[in-house]
Amino acid sequence: MVNLALDSTAANPSSLRCHGLSVRFGDHRNVLDRITCEFPAGRISSLVGPSGCGKSTLLRTLAGLQMPTQGRVQIDPPADAGRGEIAFVFQQATLLPWRSAIENVMLPLELCGLASSAKQRRELAIDELSAMELETAAMNRYPSELSGGMKMRVSLARALVTRPAVLLLDEPFAALDDMLRTALGDLLLRRWAMSAFTAVLVTHNVSEAVMLSHHVFVMRSGQLTPPIDDWLPHPRDETVRTSKEFNELYAAVSELLRGDLA
Amino acid sequence: MKHVKGHSPREHANKSLDQHASASLGSPHPLRTNSTTLSDAWRRGLPPVLFTLSVLVAWDVVVQAFALPPILLPRPWDVVQSGWQQADVLWRGAVVTGSAALAGFALSVVIGSMIAMLMSQSTTIRLALYPYVILLQTVPIVAIAPLLIIWSGYEFRTVVWVTLIISLFPIVNSVTEGLMAIPRDRLDLFTLYGATRAQTLMRLRIPTAIRYLLLGARTSCGLAVIGAIVAEFFVGNGGANYSGLGTLMTGWQTLGKTASLLAALFVSTGLGIGMFAMVHLLSTTILSRWTSTDDL
Repeated sequence: MVNLALDSTAANPSSLRCHGLSVRFGDHRNVLDRITCEFPAGRISSLVGPSGCGKSTLLRTLAGLQMPTQGRVQIDPPADAGRGEIAFVFQQATLLPWRSAIENVMLPLELCGLASSAKQRRELAIDELSAMELETAAMNRYPSELSGGMKMRVSLARALVTRPAVLLLDEPFAALDDMLRTALGDLLLRRWAMSAFTAVLVTHNVSEAVMLSHHVFVMRSGQLTPPIDDWLPHPRDETVRTSKEFNELYAAVSELLRGDLA
Repeated sequence: MKHVKGHSPREHANKSLDQHASASLGSPHPLRTNSTTLSDAWRRGLPPVLFTLSVLVAWDVVVQAFALPPILLPRPWDVVQSGWQQADVLWRGAVVTGSAALAGFALSVVIGSMIAMLMSQSTTIRLALYPYVILLQTVPIVAIAPLLIIWSGYEFRTVVWVTLIISLFPIVNSVTEGLMAIPRDRLDLFTLYGATRAQTLMRLRIPTAIRYLLLGARTSCGLAVIGAIVAEFFVGNGGANYSGLGTLMTGWQTLGKTASLLAALFVSTGLGIGMFAMVHLLSTTILSRWTSTDDL
């Protein structure tokens, strides 16, 4: 049994290296085609690209949910999802409807055997939900009684409660309106500032990728372009979003994407 | 972990977005009053009541217009009178039949869930058992009831066996589906965290299957009453000291007491509706807080 102290930060962030990674479903063409890249430790990397280009497959392969047909993923230092060191946030909140918000956040702690008692698991869950700025009254509600934004806060809290070294996010804010999307993006940045985990974010939204990342990868037909380094300053607030540098980065990523679609 | 105690104006704005959404989810519509709810109840309840009254009037008119003899079709009021006179007997019959139906139904929930759990464990087990589960659904209950009487006697337990057999299939079918139909994201979540087979079963598959079990139970409970009454047709014929509604019905049919027979028929229908209402109430109570459009 591993004990997580309430004030503990993330495990040492790991870098993720893909070596000639390919994934093929049946006899179709490679969804991922010999990808070699590195997602640096303690940084947020974004993957943008058109629908069906293989972004989510790459993320699932990084998580170990999809076996590669060829190649391998190297995680350094090694991180074990079974100990909560790798976490995944799905596009939908994917909460269990028969569990309250707190109980949903407690789930990874139960499955991974983290924390010494139910009381401590509960305290950790409340702590993480507070960090996700979920109002106290909502913590005992069931998912059906929560708004879309609240559900995503719970989903983020569930992913972060184990203090992961690697956080993988598969278009987590895609179903939300612009205001909530921005709010939760800011929240993710503030939470990253507290524990500097390695994050890989799949998104369709160029603005979101530029605003949240240190590196932006554009994906095209199962392959990745070299990353665009995002040199915007931290902390990132509304002034960053309206800056000239932001617009330049936005234009650079958009141009790469247009090249893909042309 | 340290938390930021103060909030920037933007954070307050973020929270108020959620709070606004939460308020609109958690509270009733401000314009919805008790009187509106009452009128809703009237609007929903009135059509079936009016339809029933129309059927009763049409029934009475037909009986009188064609001068039908009471042995063929008594007037509605005669049925009511007969039911009132036989109230004690009918009540005891309803208790006996209801107990058998409830026992058979409860057994079908327990045994059906266990079979479903076994079937959900491997494709081989599922392939081996499924033809026999289908057999339960297709075997004519009137053919199997005499066989069960040979094995189990003209007893209450025989009625329970018949009830169990007839109400088992919907439970096995729906629970198996519930245990297997887990959304991929939820399974991925458990796989990611290295959940054991037992953890996945207890924390994911069984809670998911409860909703399916309750849906299957709605079908199953109605069948349970039918199974009990059909079984009682045979058990009563053996001259045993058994007084379920099915036994009463065969007895009154032999004596030509059509009004009493119809009264028993309505009581058994009421029994079925009662069982359905009980399961429906249970399922809405359990599922009301779980249900949302995107999660279930």
